[in-house]
Amino acid sequence: MPQLDDRKEHHSEQKAGVSAKVPTTDEVQIKTPEKICGMGHRKKRKEDPRFIQGKGNYVDDVKLPGMLYMDIVRSPYAHAKINSIDASAALEMDGVLAVITGEDLKAAGDLHWMPTLMSDTQMVLPIDKVVYYAQEVCAVIATSRYVAADAIEQVYVDYEPLDAVVDPFEAMNDNVIVRDDKEKKTNHIWHWEAGDKAATDAVFKDAATVVKEKLYIPRIHVSSIETCGMVANYNKARSHMQIYMTSQAPHAHRTVFALVSGLPEHKIQIISPDIGGGFGGKVPVYPGYVICAVASLVTGKPVKWIEDRSENLQADSFARDYHIEAEMAADKNGKITGLRVKTLSDCGAADAAANPSKFPAGLYSICTGSYDMKAAHVEVDGVYTTKPPGGVAYRCSFRVTEAVHMIERMTDIMAHELGEDPADYRLKNFIRPDQFPYKSPTGWEYDSGNYEAALKKAMDMIDYRALREEQKQKRANGELMGIGISSFTEVVGAGPSKDYDILGIKMFDSAEIRIHPTGKAMARFGTKSQGQGHETTYAQIIAEELGLPSDDIEVEEGDTDTAPYGLGTYASRSTPTAGAAAVMASRKIKAKAKKIAAHLLEVGEDDLEWSIDRFQVKGSPDQAKTIQEIAFAAYTNHPQGMEAGLEAVDYYDPPNLTFPFGSYICVVDIDKGTGEVAIRRFVAVDDCGHIINPMIVEGQIHGGLTMGLAPALYEEIVYDENGQNLTGTLADYLVPTAVESPKWELGKTITPSPHHPIGAKGVGESPTVGAPPAIANAVVDALWHLGVRHIDIPITPPKVWKLLRDNGVTD
Amino acid sequence: MPNTISFRLNGKPVRLQVDGNRKLLWVLRTELELTGTKFGCGHGVCGACAVLVDDRPVRACMAQVASVAGKKVVTIEGLAKNGGLHPLQKAFVENDALQCGFCTPGMILTAYGLLRSKRKPSRDEIIQGMDDNLCRCGAHTRIVDAIQSAAEEVKQGT
Repeated sequence: MPQLDDRKEHHSEQKAGVSAKVPTTDEVQIKTPEKICGMGHRKKRKEDPRFIQGKGNYVDDVKLPGMLYMDIVRSPYAHAKINSIDASAALEMDGVLAVITGEDLKAAGDLHWMPTLMSDTQMVLPIDKVVYYAQEVCAVIATSRYVAADAIEQVYVDYEPLDAVVDPFEAMNDNVIVRDDKEKKTNHIWHWEAGDKAATDAVFKDAATVVKEKLYIPRIHVSSIETCGMVANYNKARSHMQIYMTSQAPHAHRTVFALVSGLPEHKIQIISPDIGGGFGGKVPVYPGYVICAVASLVTGKPVKWIEDRSENLQADSFARDYHIEAEMAADKNGKITGLRVKTLSDCGAADAAANPSKFPAGLYSICTGSYDMKAAHVEVDGVYTTKPPGGVAYRCSFRVTEAVHMIERMTDIMAHELGEDPADYRLKNFIRPDQFPYKSPTGWEYDSGNYEAALKKAMDMIDYRALREEQKQKRANGELMGIGISSFTEVVGAGPSKDYDILGIKMFDSAEIRIHPTGKAMARFGTKSQGQGHETTYAQIIAEELGLPSDDIEVEEGDTDTAPYGLGTYASRSTPTAGAAAVMASRKIKAKAKKIAAHLLEVGEDDLEWSIDRFQVKGSPDQAKTIQEIAFAAYTNHPQGMEAGLEAVDYYDPPNLTFPFGSYICVVDIDKGTGEVAIRRFVAVDDCGHIINPMIVEGQIHGGLTMGLAPALYEEIVYDENGQNLTGTLADYLVPTAVESPKWELGKTITPSPHHPIGAKGVGESPTVGAPPAIANAVVDALWHLGVRHIDIPITPPKVWKLLRDNGVTD
Repeated sequence: MPNTISFRLNGKPVRLQVDGNRKLLWVLRTELELTGTKFGCGHGVCGACAVLVDDRPVRACMAQVASVAGKKVVTIEGLAKNGGLHPLQKAFVENDALQCGFCTPGMILTAYGLLRSKRKPSRDEIIQGMDDNLCRCGAHTRIVDAIQSAAEEVKQGT
């Protein structure tokens, strides 16, 4: 560990917003001593002591005096007319105070509908008909959780079932109209394109080789272990609504609540306390939240609503559900020249995704991935079906997982088709390091990258060539072994406000830092951790910039009354946006600190230089003032004419997104008797630029890989032809455990973002994006010689078993 | 109908007037105000509600409160002894074996039961022993690391 006197600068401070060529290294930089614990230290998490002692404070742990409980009656049909709702028996039960229906919400000011984050509309509670299985039909408010749960069984709803439309291709025929509330009687919601159609057609005309494939990225669910919930506490005397909510974006939710309810925004306080996992599922506003808030308004008492597991799995926003048709073109040398993609996005009964407004298909057009090609054209159509609305991310930046799965599968198919080694084929087609910043054919400017370095490192770690030799021998013996590669490019950190907003609110994020007289600090942010360890990493960023020990910095998020406005935590945006805001706010403080130090040392500002935790006189380092001495002076001896205090706020609007990347290699062995896929090895080399806390980054990568493994081999939400959810419990929806988790072998390269002020990029979701195609490619690689070209995820034993039997393989 | 139910909770006697059919989880969280025990699924599948009953891990969402009458119940709040964290708690921090923290109480108490039933578990035995606990943040391999290192400490300390 470097000592305090080791003040050598390892890298020059980067200015925000500058594009430049950046070299790739693989060593984490540490500039501060351990007692300060700035960037690069493997600092233990500040969050952990409360969590390991059961002292976390999650929404369901909130208990307010006189609190009532809400439970929800849900539809047993995917599509049905509601003839009547009879709540009289429920209302007669002891302890039942109210039953809230769609009619009640309508009477309360048209609150029976709400906007989705995609500017579509969604029912809060229905009046005429339901459009998905487990849809909220009405809510019971009672004095206890038990009474509320019993009372929902006593509400009698007369349904008249209508035909469900579960298949999105059938939905496009408009035989059954899901949203007859809309003026246009069609299920087709939107059409969206990116890239150059004519140029792409021309490239395909000249192609020496074209490969085509249909891919389905199935509907999955984040299923955080904490379900969603709320405690709404309306105080009539103060006209004030206090809300505890499982929210990844408390400020945005406050604004939405204000706009929908008509309550003034300064009278709404949203507190997002400890969150038991988010992964995108706690970004949308669900009907239950709105009903719960209304219930508190109506009763004047605190009302708690917590979903049970099946409600969470059956009704909360799903992810993915993309039906893709992709074509890739290559020239006679095997160089990839073009990509043509058509996709049908099954949105369910409302477009309730959480994409930036201008991007109905999210950032899906990043789909040319890590490969340099002449042209690409992407089309996506959104369609309504009688399924729950969505789709949010599942630990990924807006639809990047779908894009990466497609391009990595297609690249592998092309390599196999041409008889080239998939690793060599990638190396031949990568965007070269000297091409960055790289303008992609669909309009992205990749800020930085060194794909070759990451793949070569992964190949070295796993001894790729030896594995190919082993595979040859195994194949000769009739054994099925596969090696799969994924060299993904992520795009995270939305975003530049010129292009990125949610319902018009620009996607900046914020930090506010206050340094107290004794040199301790409070820092608040517009983001909201759900397990990412912000309390630790943000403190380390500030420690790095200001030299305050990170243990002396209290980080707080999630209370809209105290935190500066921000758009929240999802899509790996916290470090790229709020992390950058922490840097910029620190630098504002440092600029003021310099003036105070000059005043204390009686020298000019130009005579001072910064060193880790102090300003010192150039050439005379013993004449110095530490940040703590400066902080004390800011309140006790500041220069006349200067404002007292030492604090700053920054709203950071990134100039571009950041583009983390990596190369993963997976080795699988397939059991010919059962079709079971066993992951023998999984090497993951990630590049997320400069690393703030390697321990936390590695933990995030472990988590992301596990959530990449999950949809690759296990998870899928399945409906029957009537739209009934067949995977509504954790016994049916298979979340991986310790038994399924392979030994992850991690490596890294470091290619700093040239425009982020500390060269960092997001990382929490890269592995969820990168892992599924590595696994799928490995399985297809094991079976290609049998004639298998593609298998849709999840790659379950029955699917593989059938493919083996179809191709004449028996054990 | 309410019954009088007595048991020891985190080393202290408790006596409650409560419907004995109610689930231990909700009695702990509601009447006894110990919210460290978490509701995850309500079907005994995820393990977030694991507590110790007579030193064995039990799914509190499935167990009727009457079933613990006369027994010793330990929740995550009662695991630290004399102001000192249990080796498992320390090992979870050391190995960065938690992220959102929601599954952590159940993980630690399930691991406690595992180490009581097997003094020197192999890595494979730990993995199999933790098969019924879900961590959606995906920290499983580090949870196994933490249990393995705590097992060493527990072994040396006895």
